[in-house]
Amino acid sequence: MVLSLRKKALKKSLFVFHLSTGSCNNCDIEILDCLTPRFDIERFGITLAGSVKHADVLLVTGIGTLKNIERVKKLYQQMPKPGFVVAIGSCACTGGMFRDGYTMAGPLDKIIPVDVYIPGCPPKPEAMIAGIVKLLNSIK
Amino acid sequence: MKKVIVPIGPYHPLFEEPEYFALYCDGERVVDVEWIAGYNHRGIEKISESKHWDQITFLVERICGICSTSHPIAYCNAVEDLAKVEIPERAKYIRCIIGELERIHSHLLWVGLAGHFLGYNTVFMWAWKYREPILDIMEMITGNRNHYAMMKIGGVRRDIDDAYIPIIRKILEDLKPKLNMLTNAVLDDPVLAARLKGVGVLTDKDIKEFGALGPVARASGLDIDVRRDSPHAAYDLVEWKVITQNEGDVFARAVVRLLECFESMKIIEQCLDNLKGKKGEISIDVRNIPPGEGIGHYEAPRGECFHYVRSDGTGSPLRHKIRAPSFNNIPTFKASCIGETISDVTIILAGVDPCYCCTERAIVAYDVNTQKKILDGSDFIRLSQEKTRKIEKEIGVAPSRWEEKNWERDN
Ligand code: SF4
Repeated sequence: MVLSLRKKALKKSLFVFHLSTGSCNNCDIEILDCLTPRFDIERFGITLAGSVKHADVLLVTGIGTLKNIERVKKLYQQMPKPGFVVAIGSCACTGGMFRDGYTMAGPLDKIIPVDVYIPGCPPKPEAMIAGIVKLLNSIK
Repeated sequence: MKKVIVPIGPYHPLFEEPEYFALYCDGERVVDVEWIAGYNHRGIEKISESKHWDQITFLVERICGICSTSHPIAYCNAVEDLAKVEIPERAKYIRCIIGELERIHSHLLWVGLAGHFLGYNTVFMWAWKYREPILDIMEMITGNRNHYAMMKIGGVRRDIDDAYIPIIRKILEDLKPKLNMLTNAVLDDPVLAARLKGVGVLTDKDIKEFGALGPVARASGLDIDVRRDSPHAAYDLVEWKVITQNEGDVFARAVVRLLECFESMKIIEQCLDNLKGKKGEISIDVRNIPPGEGIGHYEAPRGECFHYVRSDGTGSPLRHKIRAPSFNNIPTFKASCIGETISDVTIILAGVDPCYCCTERAIVAYDVNTQKKILDGSDFIRLSQEKTRKIEKEIGVAPSRWEEKNWERDN
């Protein structure tokens, strides 16, 4: 009950934290693009948080390299719950091009639980916004 | 003497791949810098050895999202060097167009981030807004905003249709006055000048010692540019010039990048002239890659990007070596950061464009003796932004209302 109330409160304004776990940084740029004048997700109350401890949503890009997984787990633990994890890009969803690599430890859902998958290489900002909207609609 | 270590990284709130910097500070001054990389290591060279020659163009595209056409061009150059083939003229022009469009969007991205670090969020929003039309062009002619998949061994994958050419021209024409405005706004601003001039200076000796490349080297007076020095694609068929500056500070690097955008536009326009109304092959078939070695390079927005391939005559390379420009540029921190204050380090690190914003990582400062936390990520950028505000006051320039509101909200 308390948890679902808290989840409902989340719907008003999502604070997202962005985490790159071995990406080509294009997904990361497209995330930032969502903040710039053309897409401007701040008008929906979504904004980037400076620390994972303030975040409701973790946006994760990249394949999750061996060197990174410990840190990803740690950051996930530090995120206040209830929170959501969004896997952005083919890399985070499946490993994409790099799935055969020797440093591949992901994909992300092997490391931490994932709520939303947004495929694409990179997904367009519109796709990311659509993904977040679906997430918001699914909160009950 | 009490020394403080400021670790920068490996995670950062805003973006880019993780990397780690440790600054050793004595009071406000930085006395040493240490760099640990590898958080982003995906083993691309190894994966490349298991892929077919044609697949590798897609793989190298995904090395970096911002230079996502520089690596394929360099790789195709390497394989074409190995197979001794010459690409058709039309393909040359198309390669140039894609490469230069990428340079404009990459430089604008840098200008925006640099503005953000200095507390000029207006510049950030402007630069990123003006970058969008370039991405629109890309989407129109290649089908994707980034990762264009245009390059192919022996030419390019898609033609630029005649119908698109006037549209591209129109978008570029519209962009020019805005870019002009942005350039003047940045270059004439007294506060930015006070903040950036004389900061993070690299002499041409430093550049040679570290082997720095691209705009970093050109801002220190070194006249190097692979596009001119080792012509490939259509760079020897069009008129353009290499931009250099002599000061070697962060301001000079910004000048070089901004002026390069205009040169890129010049190149694109000439290439479009040469495409218009003409027909021709856009690629030739390269069936077999003979045994041997090949090298290829391309002037990526951050400097020379280098690829080496060795073949044993089979379907995939025996060895594929890649050297990206940031690998050379990042260690110059050793020369440029030492002796500077902590609040300037943010912009110096960003000024090299090390795939940009190492400083936006989770930055935490610990006191060496007590292990107590002193500063963290947002503090670091705040320090830099505070310095700008201070200089603004000294010079007597008022920040815009919007900036002020933002500043109050964030702090
Ligand atoms: S999904 Fe594509 S764009 Fe995103 S990080 Fe992976 S390779 Fe880069």
